[in-house]
Amino acid sequence: MDRIEPKSSGNQAVTLPRPFVKWFAEKGWSPRAHQLELLARAQGGENMLLIAPTGAGKTLAGFLPSLTDLVARGKIPPGSAFTGIHTLYISPLKALTVDIERNLMKPVTEMGLAVSVENRTGDTPQAKRQRQKLNPPDILLTTPEQVALLLANKEAERFFKDLKYVVLDELHSLVTSKRGHLLSLGLARLRKHAPDMQTIGLSATVADPMDLQRWLVPQGETPAPPAGLVHVTGGAAPDITILGTDSRIPWSGHVSTYAIPEVYEEIKRHKTTLIFVNTRFQAELLFQTLWTINEDNLPIALHHGSLDAGQRRKVEAAMADNKLRAVVATSTLDMGIDWGDIDLVVHVGAPKGASRLAQRIGRANHRMDEPSKAILVPANRFEVMECQAALDANYHGAQDTPPVGEGALDVLAQHVLGMACAEPFDPVALYDEITSASPYATLTWEMYERIVDFVATGGYALRSYERYAKIRKMEDGRWRVSNPQIAQQYRMNLGTIVEAAELNVRLVKRNAKGTLGRGGMSLGKVEEYFLEQLVQGDTFLFAGKVLRFEGIRENECLVSNAFSLDPKIPAYAGGKFPLTTYLADQVRAMLADPDRRTALPDQVRDWLSIQLERSMLPRQDELLIETFPRGKRFFLIAYCFEGRLAHQTLGMLLTRRLERAGARPLGFVATDYSLAIWGLNDLGAMIADGSLSLSDLFDEDMLGDDLEAWLDESYMLKRTFRNCAVISGLIERRHPGKEKTGRQVTVSTDLIYDVLRTHEPDHVLLEATRRDAASGLLDIGRLGDMLGRIKGHITHRDLDRVSPLAVPIMLEIGKESVPGEAQDAVLQEAADELIAEAGL
Amino acid sequence: MNRLGLSPRTMLTNTPATEDILVHGVAAVCDPLGGLYLPETGMLVVSDLHLEKGAAFARRGMMLPPYDTIATLNILAAVIARYDPKIVVSLGDNFHDRRGSEFLPADLRAMILDMARGRDWIWINGNHDPDGTTDLPGISIDELVYGGLVFRHEPSLISGKGEVAGHLHPSATVRRREKYVRRPCFATDGHRLLMPAFGVLTGGLDLNHKAMQGIFDRQALVAHLLGRDRIYSVRYGNLLA
Repeated sequence: MDRIEPKSSGNQAVTLPRPFVKWFAEKGWSPRAHQLELLARAQGGENMLLIAPTGAGKTLAGFLPSLTDLVARGKIPPGSAFTGIHTLYISPLKALTVDIERNLMKPVTEMGLAVSVENRTGDTPQAKRQRQKLNPPDILLTTPEQVALLLANKEAERFFKDLKYVVLDELHSLVTSKRGHLLSLGLARLRKHAPDMQTIGLSATVADPMDLQRWLVPQGETPAPPAGLVHVTGGAAPDITILGTDSRIPWSGHVSTYAIPEVYEEIKRHKTTLIFVNTRFQAELLFQTLWTINEDNLPIALHHGSLDAGQRRKVEAAMADNKLRAVVATSTLDMGIDWGDIDLVVHVGAPKGASRLAQRIGRANHRMDEPSKAILVPANRFEVMECQAALDANYHGAQDTPPVGEGALDVLAQHVLGMACAEPFDPVALYDEITSASPYATLTWEMYERIVDFVATGGYALRSYERYAKIRKMEDGRWRVSNPQIAQQYRMNLGTIVEAAELNVRLVKRNAKGTLGRGGMSLGKVEEYFLEQLVQGDTFLFAGKVLRFEGIRENECLVSNAFSLDPKIPAYAGGKFPLTTYLADQVRAMLADPDRRTALPDQVRDWLSIQLERSMLPRQDELLIETFPRGKRFFLIAYCFEGRLAHQTLGMLLTRRLERAGARPLGFVATDYSLAIWGLNDLGAMIADGSLSLSDLFDEDMLGDDLEAWLDESYMLKRTFRNCAVISGLIERRHPGKEKTGRQVTVSTDLIYDVLRTHEPDHVLLEATRRDAASGLLDIGRLGDMLGRIKGHITHRDLDRVSPLAVPIMLEIGKESVPGEAQDAVLQEAADELIAEAGL
Repeated sequence: MNRLGLSPRTMLTNTPATEDILVHGVAAVCDPLGGLYLPETGMLVVSDLHLEKGAAFARRGMMLPPYDTIATLNILAAVIARYDPKIVVSLGDNFHDRRGSEFLPADLRAMILDMARGRDWIWINGNHDPDGTTDLPGISIDELVYGGLVFRHEPSLISGKGEVAGHLHPSATVRRREKYVRRPCFATDGHRLLMPAFGVLTGGLDLNHKAMQGIFDRQALVAHLLGRDRIYSVRYGNLLA
């Protein structure tokens, strides 16, 4: 036997079968220590977590245990009894399963292994999927949704009974989302079908590996020991700089147009540049601006999630073939696909999180021993500090990935129905199984029962739907689906990714008579709510073009080329990440510490020293509040540094309180760094004479009644509710026989939300919505932490004019519409015009 | 804002800010609760109640909240109390599906009986409930001609003179200074009137939608939008100023 001793990890001896040894030798490679350690410990029966940077041979490491096991097993002789799949590989991206199949088949073929590998995604033809059920491959590469589908099938047990390994790729990005919650429940069920199955998680560096180590093993009353950890550090340190510029760095905004000539010069200097931005809007604008100065006609492409899938595939293919010099991309390109030889990553706008930056830079280079090269381009002066903080963090290896969090209730409802579709379930056994999944380990029996009741009849206090129940209790106490159509509906509506209602954008031409042609090119999708705000003739930026809105025909938005350079710009709501707590903390520390400020560019340092003269810079634990008059208004600025979402929530709540205190607030605006509120009364004077107390204003009790009252009207909560309603199965995305309805959701969830708020405010789905909102769109958890932190540390400066630090947010005012009760005022204005017109 | 939001408050308002209009020469009052009152005949018209919509969905496996019927009936009771009409006309799509009135829970049935006491009740059949109602007071018919007007569910394609119809759930969007407000509305060009949908779980169709084409003389078209406690009347051409 050939034996290779692992180089670093010591005691475990590991046996690599002969074809592997030969293959490594032929390539002139040797297996890396972490690959062998992982193999040895997996062979020893451990569940494993591998944390390694890109380019460290993670994929091969993840598959070595199953490949060696399959080689030992040998080919199954024809005529043997049915054998289920041996290894399940799960990745968050369809594209990644295809990519991995290619990467895995190469060594398998070269070694001549008798191992069958297939992928299965939403794109896999029905016939192939059927065949896979009858004759499963050894290794199946798939997505979380497909796993849920397979598990909800009557044949699930047969299909999974021989399962040995589950390999979970990009685990860090999966676990924090609802897809991860669904997958954790699926894993619990897989363990029931194959009790000896082992998990192998592959992940980029995370803040708390123990979260993932627990996630990979059963929890519950007697948790299994956490998965073993193999942590590969090192790789060459990335070479990151902040773009030096002679131009004036803007005070506010997110678009970095000032730096585009310098970015273009960098593209020219490198072979292939990947340009990351945070939102689709930034991607559109940057792409368009680059082309206006692209005098050398360099091949520069655009890639974001709203673009037509065909166009995206073209860009990806061109990139893999090294035909492009630059791609402007959003997070759709974040994950570990091999994109050819990228030698520079430019990050436009602040990365908003240190770990996100590290992962994006990792894209630049898939050979871990060469340094990745990256340039950060801050869009405004606060972002300069944020970029500096992210850069420091990168060198210190600091991580700020979000925690795994508690499992969502809407996902649980979907899973319960799926389990009933597979086979009748015993409620106690299913509860034990569900609480063995780490996100659901703390689920109470009472909440579980409410969810089962919700799945059956909607869980309403008014019990009028018993006769329509989707699942029913049998005499032996188990629950079954009422009829086969329920299972069909489940399959059609499965998944946790809820798209906003979107319309296809089609480019058409006007003919000589001025009527619109048909059948032009499809450019991608835009959200319906955005189009509702357009009237014919309005222009907007999309797919890198300035387009003129022509109208909506059936389910399509028709546009023509606008031949204009001044578009009305798409205001996509999605895609903006809030600043992470870690970076926020670092920016506060930088403001407080003169030594740390020395690394900043002169422009920014000057700005901060003028602030120091005119007002002050807050200590790290201090909340600075400034008040000053401007025009006919009085302003209050709170420098909280807690991210836009938390600031928005704070703004909503503070305006209510100021209203009650008689300060007559008119509106507010929130950025990642601060919150500005303005009103008609002199807020500074009110604080000075004691009629307004800042400590009362910022007291944590605002998260009680004020929050409840505001939630009644919150538009953001309605969006959260919509997602919960769809995922939990209350609302269908698709109904059998009606696949092609234009709108994804068949009934207004806003109306349903209001019905529930009015008639059953403690309904389980509203509970699910509040929980989601607390961590998601409203960021209530973070706001609560801040209010606790600043107690007794509020410092007020009453100024006679705007301070330097306030300039950025003051410039944001007027760019955003001010939410509130202005609706009837708009109607009144329109009605008054009619009266005037009538001469009354 | 929707009809659920406006109901509890407006029902306490004793003096609604209504709008008096003429339809084909007949005087009519548009009420912000969504009813049309015809003083000459003492008739109250409501349209597209879509009662038991939640239950209709539940029958297909979507467990929408079962509270829509009672919410709609509460608003209906309020508007009936306000005008004390001799005749109530419900202009079709009274129930969301054919089985709605058959499976209507007893307490809700009793509410309708209460409201109908001492007056005539006419259910016009709609496309959702073409078979009429089961075990409810009043009569079910396809069309009513009365007091100089014709009442039917779907607007006719031939002549709309003097027609009061529902079906399309008209709503209008007002734009002022980059702000948009969309509300259900009564829509009339003086000859024909389309009723707003009355049911709390009903959506709206914009007056710009192609299904609305050819129904009105757009030069004369006015949208009477349902506000929180008054009607806002805006000419079609002025909606998007």
